[in-house]
Amino acid sequence: METEVKTKTTTGAHTMAQNLDGSPTMAEQKQPEVKMSASQLNLWYGDTQALYDINLDMYSKEVTALIGPSGCGKSTFLRCLNRMNDLIPQVRLQGDVTLDGEDIYDHSVDVVQLRTFIGMVFQKPNPFPKSIYENIAYAPRLHGTGTSRSELDDLVESSLKRAGLWNEVADRLDTPGTELSGGQQQRLCIARAIAVNPEVILMDEPASALDPLATATVEALIHELKDNYTIVIVTHNLQQAARVAGYTAFFHMGKVVEFNDTDTLFTNPKEQRTEDYITGRFG
Amino acid sequence: MQRRLTGSANDPRIKARYRGERRFKAYTVTALFVAFAIIVAFFTDIISQGYSAFYRTEINVTLDYNERAERIGRFALAEDMREIVSRGAVRSIPLDIRNNPELAGTTRQEWVPTYSRVDQYFKGNEELPPEMAAQVEELKEAGVIRTTFNWAFFTSGDSKLPELAGIFSAMVGSIFVLFVTLIFAFPIGVMSAIYLEEFAPDNKLTQLIEVNINNLAAVPSIIFGLLGLAVFINTFGAPRSSAVVGGLTLGLMTLPIIIISTRAALRAVPDPIRLGAFAMGCSRWQVVRDHVLPLSLPGILTGTIIGLAQAMGETAPLIIVGMIAYIPEAPGSIFESATVLPAQIFTWASEPRKAFVEKTAAGIIVLLAVLLTLNAAAVFLRRKFERRW
Repeated sequence: METEVKTKTTTGAHTMAQNLDGSPTMAEQKQPEVKMSASQLNLWYGDTQALYDINLDMYSKEVTALIGPSGCGKSTFLRCLNRMNDLIPQVRLQGDVTLDGEDIYDHSVDVVQLRTFIGMVFQKPNPFPKSIYENIAYAPRLHGTGTSRSELDDLVESSLKRAGLWNEVADRLDTPGTELSGGQQQRLCIARAIAVNPEVILMDEPASALDPLATATVEALIHELKDNYTIVIVTHNLQQAARVAGYTAFFHMGKVVEFNDTDTLFTNPKEQRTEDYITGRFG
Repeated sequence: MQRRLTGSANDPRIKARYRGERRFKAYTVTALFVAFAIIVAFFTDIISQGYSAFYRTEINVTLDYNERAERIGRFALAEDMREIVSRGAVRSIPLDIRNNPELAGTTRQEWVPTYSRVDQYFKGNEELPPEMAAQVEELKEAGVIRTTFNWAFFTSGDSKLPELAGIFSAMVGSIFVLFVTLIFAFPIGVMSAIYLEEFAPDNKLTQLIEVNINNLAAVPSIIFGLLGLAVFINTFGAPRSSAVVGGLTLGLMTLPIIIISTRAALRAVPDPIRLGAFAMGCSRWQVVRDHVLPLSLPGILTGTIIGLAQAMGETAPLIIVGMIAYIPEAPGSIFESATVLPAQIFTWASEPRKAFVEKTAAGIIVLLAVLLTLNAAAVFLRRKFERRW
């Protein structure tokens, strides 16, 4: 099993060099670094198995898209990565998920601590019903990473700037986050996740509740965030996966059918099922 | 052009439909009207019977602190006044003289309450013997009889003399009882609800607890009275008739209401808020403290106030624990014998004397006013602090 994972990693590196938009850094053929990795991951909701033997690597400072038809387990898998599935009582899990080689399901792991390393953005924007400022300052204050007022002010500003929201809200940080438009709310949620200074950001269909214009803004944002964070994004929108992700995994019936760099997966899929899905024959 | 949309006035099916609709509307309007008429009739009846208790008839008499009055207060009055003035008004004269010997031998003019039957006569509720009626009419002509606002109704406790009876001791008793109920039921109820809603695993045991809490809310209140009697008085030896026993008994009754309404308020907080907070690295307690509780607090308080309002109007369990006693003096602590507003109303309602009819109605008016105020406070809290998301 270990070897299988390793092989996959090298394949990824190999193809990546050919495919990433000819950007100069890629020409160096740098070995992509595995940030998170799942191996032989099985998951059950009660008696129903939802994930089968998932082996998947997510590379550092890359966007990995998880695509597949509804109910294929991609969101379930995403929630395994920051242990959000712990909140569902009937869930049973087997296998390993690692962050920088550390098993996140180890008994000694503090879930709360783990989630400060792995942020999450949800399908429907869910800002807290507090002010914009409080939405962002809340977690740093809680985790003690920002204590003084000026520190928090700086953090709020830099997080909002990184989320591309600062210019729109700078003069009304006291208004409730829930009064922003849908797209702004989602960017606020991203800013909120960034404020904790995570290494990985998980996104569960972050643009599916947004209009096309807001979607474009969020996609552009994801593209920028890639420089600093490892991003795993679940999406229904194949074009979106093609636009934002360097790597794509196709899930079907709780299994990873195919994983490759995005261009190869979309232009030259190895599996018939992948081809059927991306050409719209099912799903 | 053929008109197809106006419906033929002669089409029997359309006519029947309109008729059915009109009839159904008439039923609903009638039902509403009946309900409204009953409420209006109820309020009119209570207010028309009770408003007269808020004023009383007083008479200006000469009090003569003579030697006989040092032993029996009534002798301070002129002989023809003794039947007209309230016995309670002169009862304390011997004590007054003992406490203040300078009074002995002096006289003074004072407004004192009249005997309840005279009071009722002027309120048109009761007849007097003819010669007595003539006498009081004469006094009224002479200007020595007046009507004033009955402050005593709010400042004195129960009395066997209706002209002196008031709701003060029952009010104090009610406040003590509600205080104990709140202190007991609020923290336990809210904490239980938070545990069940936010922390407890969903298994057979918690389901069993949930079903039982819902059943408890439907248990007749008198059963809680028996439980209170058995547990608080017989087992723990808490003083009978006291506010602490009554409060704890009502607390048992209010507990399921608070738990259920708190759980409803917690459940109304959308899950994405919780998930968002968990994903930020909040522990369960931090999620509850910083996100769920602030959002559900108005709902929790509203439910608590409504539970307390219900407890305030409750009589049956309090009768069982002895809070129906005759309490002329307001209790000084929660361990002293006390009565509550509805129990006071019950006591007065069982009095045969005419003068207590208006006291009963007035007691109901005060109780209703307090309950309406509590409910209005609940509505206000919900409107003011309810947040949308």
